[in-house]
Amino acid sequence: MKAIINVFLKNGVLDSQGKAVQHALSGHGFESVKDVRVGKQIVIEMNESDASVAKEKVAHMCEELLANTVIEDYDIEIQA
Amino acid sequence: MKVGIVQFPGTNCEYDTQHAFTALGCETQILWHKEDSIPEGTDLVVVAGGFSYGDYLRSGAIAKMSPIMKALKIYADNGGKVLGICNGFQVLTETGLLPGALKRNEGLHFISRHHHLKVINNDNGFLRHCEIDQVVNIPIAHHDGNFYIDSEGLNELYANNQVLLRYSDKSGNIDNPNGSVDSIAGICNKAKNVFGLMPHPERAMETLLGSDDGRAMLEGFINS
Repeated sequence: MKAIINVFLKNGVLDSQGKAVQHALSGHGFESVKDVRVGKQIVIEMNESDASVAKEKVAHMCEELLANTVIEDYDIEIQA
Repeated sequence: MKVGIVQFPGTNCEYDTQHAFTALGCETQILWHKEDSIPEGTDLVVVAGGFSYGDYLRSGAIAKMSPIMKALKIYADNGGKVLGICNGFQVLTETGLLPGALKRNEGLHFISRHHHLKVINNDNGFLRHCEIDQVVNIPIAHHDGNFYIDSEGLNELYANNQVLLRYSDKSGNIDNPNGSVDSIAGICNKAKNVFGLMPHPERAMETLLGSDDGRAMLEGFINS
């Protein structure tokens, strides 16, 4: 079983890297770019057969280490 | 006075810190992160600067999982004094011993230079030898020094005199190098036994090297 975790800065917390990328894209003529956010993706291979158990464990990992919930949100996708 | 200095893989300011406290007449000991206790009789634990675990995942994030951090939490909960400098400050916020978080600098650059700081509160065991509104000149060297806290947390910091230092110019006018909320450079916890700051007072011990303003700050811990 595979867990795919996306971690992004919370809405309302300024994403300086996203803004820099946005300016760079706009400067290169990609005028339709409205907003850019830069985050990270963490992929975990797990020895689990139950998706809900896997998700619960990954959520615990996010709270403990993978995300800093003071400034970041995360979402979890479990793939068989 | 006995000072323990925490060393993770990637810490690189432990010997500067040791030199600074030795110069102030303290007995010092480097504490490897695999240790699961703080030595008996330790008066202060410093979480030194550097790049623990290469700043992988987030600055200070992996360090918080080290055995010594569990011991440090117990030590701090029992009133033990803790100082986190630069990466040490990041480790303390990640651990939850201090509120807020440190984000990537607003301008995205690593900043390494002397910067002036304004003393905001001195009713604590760290800055007690400094005057309120005094301006000190201390080196900064960080990529992730952009202090963030929500507005409720910020109000609480001010209400409890937990804001220690703000970035300023040499006249004391606020001058924000990295985007920190309210230009905050250092804070303490509510109980005023856990302190964290991004600037490096241990690098400001000799006028020959640019400034000795860090001396009065670190001396605050002695016999406090």
